[in-house]
Amino acid sequence: MSQIVNVENVHKRFGQNHVLNGVSLSINRGQVVAIIGRSGSGKSTLLRCLNGLEKIESGSITVCGTQVNGLPAKALLELRQRVGIVFQGYNLFPHLTVRKNVTLALTSIKKMNANKAEKIALKVLEQVGMAEKLDAYPEQLSGGQQQRVAIARSLAMMPELILFDEVTSALDPELTGEVLRTMENLARDGMTMALVTHEMAFAKKVADVLVFMHAGKVWEMGPPTELFSSPRTEELSRFINSEL
Amino acid sequence: MSGNYFLYLGTAALWTVGLSLMAMVGGGLLGFCIALLRVSPVKPFAWAAIAYIQVVQGIPLLVLLFISYFGFSIAGFNPSPLVTVVIAFSVYSAAYLGEIWRGSIQSVSKTQWEASSCLGFPRHLQLRQIILPQAVRIATPPTVGFMVQLVKNTSLASVVGFIELARAGQILNNTLFQPFTVFIFVALIYFCLCFPLSYVSKKLESSYVANR
Repeated sequence: MSQIVNVENVHKRFGQNHVLNGVSLSINRGQVVAIIGRSGSGKSTLLRCLNGLEKIESGSITVCGTQVNGLPAKALLELRQRVGIVFQGYNLFPHLTVRKNVTLALTSIKKMNANKAEKIALKVLEQVGMAEKLDAYPEQLSGGQQQRVAIARSLAMMPELILFDEVTSALDPELTGEVLRTMENLARDGMTMALVTHEMAFAKKVADVLVFMHAGKVWEMGPPTELFSSPRTEELSRFINSEL
Repeated sequence: MSGNYFLYLGTAALWTVGLSLMAMVGGGLLGFCIALLRVSPVKPFAWAAIAYIQVVQGIPLLVLLFISYFGFSIAGFNPSPLVTVVIAFSVYSAAYLGEIWRGSIQSVSKTQWEASSCLGFPRHLQLRQIILPQAVRIATPPTVGFMVQLVKNTSLASVVGFIELARAGQILNNTLFQPFTVFIFVALIYFCLCFPLSYVSKKLESSYVANR
């Protein structure tokens, strides 16, 4: 399996807070990597560094064969077309319909003609079960539906990797389920995914690799079943106990 | 008051409307540039816009009118009063509209910039397709509110000899000696110009709240 993400000895500080304190990690194509850890352990920051939303201080991050740190703005925008991200707050464009939310980047960034973009939109919206809401505005949708549209918007770009940043944290349990099922389907279709999550059951079930972050470091990493059943460190076992 | 007098005030009212429109267009174009500079990530651009806004907002409109009116003739140009007045009003409006629109642009959530940037949108497309359409909705009520102020402020143009509604009322009163009648009538015309704007502004405001 070829490598799609390689993170080497990355450091980042927010003021006094050493959020990433020498993180190293790699992700192979087709893998689902779940990152868990307490709030403030640096997991979201790490994810956001992968597509250059956050700048790192030292170390190196390579995604899709491109070094992200120090990448000029233009090249970074090009890389981002190949690396999708889905946020906790959905961040759909509120002034545009579902259709437009999904097609806008295709027509104006990828310079696709409207017909082709429309076909792709329909396909990805079907994939997330939102095809019937093509002409709805985001505010007319539930949180779960908005999040599925956000996933579709990301999918439409045909990314090689999608980052999921606590995508179900703002949803109630019922809506969480529909989003997780959507993500599970993606994983089954072979999409490479890196996700920060608090859904332990989901991580256990879907992830190929589980990453436990603590104090700005990758504290433990391995197959989820192994980590959950026999954590090697005190911190992970305490974290697992507190989450269950 | 006979028909001729009404005609006189009516014509002057048209000048008030015309002046307001020209100031709105001139101030709008300049103000849009000011707003864009103000939110530019290039610091000197933002500083220049801040300086413009602060300086112009710190000068009374009356003084701006004098500067424009006398400044051009001192510099050797001889534009008509209309041109000098339109320039002064545009400069004035631009400072306020620029600030209103700056606020509107900045009140669009940061996450909208982030989300579009993550889809590969360069800054100019982010502004055009994502940020400005949302900012327009936020900006509409205060912009219309400013237009109402502007219509009323055009009365200041009389100081440099421009005959608009307020000045026409003054002239008319000099012949009629009926200040109460004349100025009530002038006030009524101003109200008829401004009320529709205020009404539209209120409407837009409530529809904006409803659409959230």
